[in-house]
Amino acid sequence: MLRLEGVTAAYGPIVALRDVSLEVEAGSVVTILGANGAGKTSTLRVISGLLRPQAGVVEFEGVAIDRLSPDKIVRLGIVQVPEGRQLFSQLTVRENLELGAYLRRDRAGIRRDLERVFNYFPILAQRQRQAAGSLSGGEQQMLAIGRALMARPRLLLLDEPSLGLAPLVTREIFSIIRAINQQEGITVLLVEQNARLALDIARKGYVLETGRVVLSDLAENLRRNEEVRRSYLGY
Amino acid sequence: METLLSGLLSAPVFLAPKPWEDWSLFGEQIVLGLMTGALYALVALAIVLIYRSTDIINFAQSEMAMFGTFAMWSIWLSGVAFFSNPWVLLVLAGLFGLGLGAVVERVVIRPVEGKPILTIVVVTLGLFLVLNSVATWIWAQGELPKSFPSPLSLLDSWDIGFASIPEHRVLIFAIGVAAMVLLGLLFNYTKVGLAMRATAQNPLAAQLMGINVGNMLTLGWALSGALGGIAGALIAPVVTLHPAFMLPVLLYSFAAAVLGGLNSAPGAIIGGFIIGVAENLLGTYTPHAILGPEMSLPLVLMLLVAILLVRPTGLLGERTVRKV
Repeated sequence: MLRLEGVTAAYGPIVALRDVSLEVEAGSVVTILGANGAGKTSTLRVISGLLRPQAGVVEFEGVAIDRLSPDKIVRLGIVQVPEGRQLFSQLTVRENLELGAYLRRDRAGIRRDLERVFNYFPILAQRQRQAAGSLSGGEQQMLAIGRALMARPRLLLLDEPSLGLAPLVTREIFSIIRAINQQEGITVLLVEQNARLALDIARKGYVLETGRVVLSDLAENLRRNEEVRRSYLGY
Repeated sequence: METLLSGLLSAPVFLAPKPWEDWSLFGEQIVLGLMTGALYALVALAIVLIYRSTDIINFAQSEMAMFGTFAMWSIWLSGVAFFSNPWVLLVLAGLFGLGLGAVVERVVIRPVEGKPILTIVVVTLGLFLVLNSVATWIWAQGELPKSFPSPLSLLDSWDIGFASIPEHRVLIFAIGVAAMVLLGLLFNYTKVGLAMRATAQNPLAAQLMGINVGNMLTLGWALSGALGGIAGALIAPVVTLHPAFMLPVLLYSFAAAVLGGLNSAPGAIIGGFIIGVAENLLGTYTPHAILGPEMSLPLVLMLLVAILLVRPTGLLGERTVRKV
């Protein structure tokens, strides 16, 4: 469904990605692991069109997307939940969700999807008229995911959904991510520091180090991999 | 000695009416102040509109409006019957401002987007000078100031009991309020308005929603230009047309925007009305020897400094916390 081939990208003189290749199959959950600064977020920025690669191709369903603007990429069905959630904090929960459906014209479908999001995250229904900035960290993450769902994504890019959340809340979020993948058939590309959780729900994973893919395998193999265990799982 | 002093103080320049001596005058001054205030509110909104979405103070706001008004003056005199209708000119002034705002954003501002704020400030000041010089070059030959038509009379008044208000002032007020209401509806009840608010708050997230952020910025500048254009065509019949005619309006409006809080649209409106009323009351009730009409502009600028010292965020402005 999504394929990166030899992608190199930089912020000015600082090279963030070197020759990165990866593939995400339709319907699966794929995770990207790595330390801070390894290039995980940069990979998602390239896919979303926020960072132009200097070399390499990004293909979505066989079509090159690396020259498209971010709004065109959203139109194709690639929707990102960015790191730090990036909510519109002064707008209400409801307005944030409406903005998620910005490109859609089907009013009835939007209403149905709003119900669907409220089903996944009942707390958001209660807080509809509150400013997004007044929500707790976990609720904000729920809103960020809900907002992305409102766009009817086919590929969901999640950047560090567990960041700054209590373990219990993190587990809840991850079970919903799994449900979104299994019940809706939405393909998920997950960037995560919490490797244990990520490998639990992913089918396969890539390990990035200083902008390079150093390892890629099925999740179950990565869980057993000596290197991964020592560096990312901590045992 | 005492008689000399009291004699001096009763000289005409030291005399000013007192509010309690004539309440209907007081009421009239307040109403007139609200009429002018609507104009300041309009231009203050134009400033806030750009500031909220880009953090830029557009110092060329006044000259964009001035340029547009001169252009309207030219087509008014073009001899085409359609353009001799002041109502048509008013609408065209808004449309011209809309287009000019969009062009300025695309051509002048877009290339310096993301540059240090000082760079952008200098660019808007440069634009100020360019527009001012070009307008002087094109239009300031022959007699200045030039007269500009109003759809309503400048002399005939509406009598509302305690006050009589020139028809043209009523027009300023009505159009000003209408523009504010329309803008409020646009921002609060339409999808594009929501997208503009979202872009102003978090451009990155707006992009990820599929919003074309560049288009929203252009639209913001266009709307701002339209407000300025309308304001120019509304005040030109009163103050008459010359290349610097919008500058006082910009300064008053800037004070209004700062008073209300530079990032608050309701604040800009309230600020505009307060400045308009204050200007009228000060003009009426202070003895001319102490505060002549020449002093009203410096006074407003002092007020501006005072506001910035006491309450930098203005009446309704919010302190914005930015994560870098």
